[in-house]
Amino acid sequence: MSVHVKQDKPATDNRLDTMRQGVIGKPVSRIEGLAKVTGTAPYAAEYPVEGCVEGVLVTATITRGTIVRIDAESALAMPGVIAVIDDERLTTRPAQGTANEAPQQKPRTICYWGQPIALVVAESFEQARDAARHLVVEYKPDEAAPVEADPSIAEEQEDETVREGNLDKAMSDAAFAVDVTYTTKGHASAAMEPHAAIAQWDGERLTVHASLQMLNYNITELSDALDLPEDRIRLISRYVGGGFGSKLGISEEAVAASIAAMQLERPVRVVMSRQQVFQSIMRRSETTQRLRLACDADGRLTGFGHEALVSNLPGEEFAEPVLQSSHFLYPGEHRELVLKLARIHRMTAGSVRAPGEAVGMPTLEAAMDVLAERAGIDPVELRLRNIPDKDPEQGLPFSSHKLAECLRQGAEAFGWDSAPRRPRLRREGEWWIGTGMASAARVHNVAEARARVTLKADGTALVETDMTDIGTGTYTIVAQIAGEMLGLRPDQVLVDLGDSNHPRGPGSGGSWGAPSIGSAVYVACMAIREALADTLGIDETALVLADAKAGNGTPLTELLGGKDLVREGHYEPGKITDDYLASGFGAFFAEVRVNHYTGETRVNRMLGAFGFGRVLNAKTARSQCLGGITWSIGMALTEALEFDPRDGHLVNRDLAEYHVPVHRDVPDLDVVLVEERDAAASIIQAKGIGELGMCGGAAAIANAIYNACGARVFDYPMTPDRVLAAMPD
Amino acid sequence: MRPFQYQRAHSISDASAIAALPEAMLIAGGTNLLDMMKLQVATPSQLGDIGRIGLDGIQDTSDRGLRIGALATNTATAVHPRVRADYPVLARAILAGATQQLRNKATTGGNLCQRTRCYYFMNVDQPCNKRDPGSGCGAIGGVNKLHAVLGTSDQCIATYPGDMAVALTALGAKVVIAKSDGAERTVPVRDFHLLPGDTPWRDNVLDQGELIVAVTLPPPVAATQLYRKVRERSSYAFALVSIAAVIAIDDGKFARADLAFGGLAHKPWHDPRIGELLVGAAPSPALYDQAADLLLEGAEGHGDNDFKIPLARRTLHAVLAEAVEKAA
Amino acid sequence: MPDELIVNGTPHPLPQDPRVTLLDFLRHDLGLTGTKKGCDHGQCGACTVIVNGLRINSCLTLAAMHEGHQVTTIEGLGIADEPSPLQRAFVEHDGFQCGYCTPGQICSATAMLDEIANGWPSDASETLDGPFEASGAEIRERMSGNLCRCGAYANIVAAIRHVAESEPAA
Repeated sequence: MSVHVKQDKPATDNRLDTMRQGVIGKPVSRIEGLAKVTGTAPYAAEYPVEGCVEGVLVTATITRGTIVRIDAESALAMPGVIAVIDDERLTTRPAQGTANEAPQQKPRTICYWGQPIALVVAESFEQARDAARHLVVEYKPDEAAPVEADPSIAEEQEDETVREGNLDKAMSDAAFAVDVTYTTKGHASAAMEPHAAIAQWDGERLTVHASLQMLNYNITELSDALDLPEDRIRLISRYVGGGFGSKLGISEEAVAASIAAMQLERPVRVVMSRQQVFQSIMRRSETTQRLRLACDADGRLTGFGHEALVSNLPGEEFAEPVLQSSHFLYPGEHRELVLKLARIHRMTAGSVRAPGEAVGMPTLEAAMDVLAERAGIDPVELRLRNIPDKDPEQGLPFSSHKLAECLRQGAEAFGWDSAPRRPRLRREGEWWIGTGMASAARVHNVAEARARVTLKADGTALVETDMTDIGTGTYTIVAQIAGEMLGLRPDQVLVDLGDSNHPRGPGSGGSWGAPSIGSAVYVACMAIREALADTLGIDETALVLADAKAGNGTPLTELLGGKDLVREGHYEPGKITDDYLASGFGAFFAEVRVNHYTGETRVNRMLGAFGFGRVLNAKTARSQCLGGITWSIGMALTEALEFDPRDGHLVNRDLAEYHVPVHRDVPDLDVVLVEERDAAASIIQAKGIGELGMCGGAAAIANAIYNACGARVFDYPMTPDRVLAAMPD
Repeated sequence: MRPFQYQRAHSISDASAIAALPEAMLIAGGTNLLDMMKLQVATPSQLGDIGRIGLDGIQDTSDRGLRIGALATNTATAVHPRVRADYPVLARAILAGATQQLRNKATTGGNLCQRTRCYYFMNVDQPCNKRDPGSGCGAIGGVNKLHAVLGTSDQCIATYPGDMAVALTALGAKVVIAKSDGAERTVPVRDFHLLPGDTPWRDNVLDQGELIVAVTLPPPVAATQLYRKVRERSSYAFALVSIAAVIAIDDGKFARADLAFGGLAHKPWHDPRIGELLVGAAPSPALYDQAADLLLEGAEGHGDNDFKIPLARRTLHAVLAEAVEKAA
Repeated sequence: MPDELIVNGTPHPLPQDPRVTLLDFLRHDLGLTGTKKGCDHGQCGACTVIVNGLRINSCLTLAAMHEGHQVTTIEGLGIADEPSPLQRAFVEHDGFQCGYCTPGQICSATAMLDEIANGWPSDASETLDGPFEASGAEIRERMSGNLCRCGAYANIVAAIRHVAESEPAA
């Protein structure tokens, strides 16, 4: 039996707080933790499949053009080679998140350097890898393709445009104003598990173990790519070794493995090399951003301008939504927000953790630091003076707004010194020491979701959904929600995720996973509670469930009378998404040291305070925040995709030269979880926390660099060369 | 990887015999060679595993120097009591490089022979005169942040990526090489690596069939030893600039100033004029500037790596100031 | 014991194809998939195993080079019913998220604590002479060969420190 709840109104009853099991929000250790630490949790490529052969993708060595000929014999003649797959259904790009249709196919048309064009299948991995290297491909290159974003070839994204009042006048009339331009480099998700798939075809049905974030969309995308009905496809992603956006859409290896398995009638495994992941999976677009901020003598914003230039391949709809939180974070009646997209021939630009705010917030918050300095106002105070009471553009009420609490609690916990600030006040040996702060904001998303909950006759529960856990903690929070509602310990709840045969969840992405799937589980559990209350002849609101017993002492097993009780919860956000503006908010505080001689910057300590609705699990939520702060450090200091200016190929296509932070880059970090229930965010009053932790954090570091040594750097990442170039003598 | 015949060498002469075969390469730790073989940057058809031919000892020499076997791991060298006590710049340089996992496998000989990490060299679908003579240099006019500012040629601007050899250069170490006929020859580390010139495919002076058997260190000297590595990430990153310094101060003047530089050239850079300038002079920022002038005479950036020129100057100031303070 | 290598105490014949890395031998030939392939080029540490007592990147060595060697993988350190102290501490301190780098982190940390106990210095050590403490700074440098993209570093360090402080030095 399926129960559908469409949420049109805030869930002000906060029912989860009235439950008695006492597990919701608690720092419960991950229920799949032992499987992960003992190496027994199976990831996509790790299923033992009898007779599985190995496929290796072949990628283009030109930037733009067509393939004239693929000499299959050149590979087929090599030892162990079974097939060269150059089927027209091969996909050449990953699907964008929530695309719900096949991405671009046409593998013989080359749009970027490193584009997958064929698959070589052999008995062993070494045979396939060697043969893939030797496959002879003849190209007909097109005339030069643009590979650098240039404003002259950019299109304005009109949906994003806001022009209100007269910003130029506001700037000239302002008591204080800043007009600054920043750049950010491209980023890679660089999930630790490379993209991988094992496809099996039994002549009727296709089963694919894959590393994907959103099976609910991916099954449709794969179906569309293969022209095979969804009901003949099963996708399994029980463990996903990190996603961060890179596994939102069906990717090239899963489609290639499927085609090969169907053609060869043998199971086929395809794992991308690390270089291939870098070259042919989503990049975050590089950006150029102009910030114009005007304020009165008290620091109140009167003008707000944010213009951004981003890039993507021809044919892609995605434009890094740089301005997403700029639309509502700060007031200013004279506004100009413009997003432009240039079409260039680098690999697909798409979602990388916190698309939009990840690069929009660090520039805005660095510009705010410049404004605070000019206005002579403490940077925390400047932000406190600029919290709007409603969405400044659409006039919508905020569902809940914890920025002020985050700023105050964060400043307190960090020990923020609100004395007048100027650079170079503290030096230890060769190192300048300084502090900086920034606001955090990330729009809240919530999505339709289904989950099936079975309260089993033995008094345990089973939750089934195709929702994934990409490291975010879904397994555990689902067990906690079901446990809280049904009066069970989390270890009495078996959570079965990542199987497309199960009811469709929301997928993991956009930080909507927990509030959405949590709401579906809540709806299912509420229906079970109603059935149990019926059995007891009481109203559901009077039903108390704890420790596998009803309030009157009756064990659940007795209440169930030997039968399973099954309900499918179907949650759908309704008018709440139109009636409110919902966002997570936060504040970052950082202390850094900058070497006077070398410009090397290291973070001494960092703190984030975040308000993101109900905390479902204090341990895993904190971990999400730690992860976001760690990404903030990477964005601020080290991460940059470097493209060759001539052919646009990604130059630093590995983990040696694309510098994600290492242990030593990350100091002790503190997280303050600010108490909040956001009734209009989801039925469980929760918002997402997977991304907020990196939405502005890089600016806290940038601002601390300036405070430490006086180098105002306008380009991320702030590598030693850039810090030195801006370093005063 | 391309298929190859794997053989285990049991002696130096075995190893030399394998090394003399066509398309043969020797593997010791494998941390650089297998990286390249997977990308088909290296495609040996014969692979001689020298991991078990001995040569992993570290012994005192008769003159109180030290002989480090070619197969001593980087870890074994860095933790050796005499290296820590008498050649700390060597221990520090090794510890500043790579990771513990890699240092546990990487060997003295392999580390000296490691190849550049130039992005274009490591990508077989891009031009590179070092990997594919005559194909051009992708880094010139391309992305070249890692690249050399000293001793480059119009054929190649790659850097030697290691740290250990920079310290060995400052220490005046020598490389002992077994020739294919069984005889030995000795080459100062300072002369072991080559500049790219018109033969960028040649990294060092080893001839086909030759094999490094050891590195010897001269007797220790009373001096302050420092290794400074400037890098983007705080660990597990190649040097933007590194400096190994062996510095002694006597009576307020430099009595010894042996300096070597990493990250700037196709080889660990050593300019004897710098030591000659410093020795006998009193430390001062003006003197350090003169030293930097000598170091950077003829330095040429290629765009992304222009910053290395001022960075090298500033880092030299920092290292000399620190060394003088410690030596005083 | 010719043509064999010993994994978690059990001898196994070497692969036929000499190209097979120790990593692929463990994962593919032996089905010991706890050891992860993250980059295949010694740049991430997910493949870290302990060979003859030393941690190495199993991706950058050939199985054939380890004839007669003792290899310990994550499966050899502990099992769900009997986890090692580090495995237990990683769960308690949430020292992972997606879990993919985790076996490598734990193998690495296991050997790392022995290295500290042996008095081996690191780049973070003030002096080259021991003894060294499992301080935050030391652990961070010594663990820098193990990337974690989820950003669990702070919790990983907490887990390791917990074990270092509660276990008597080896």
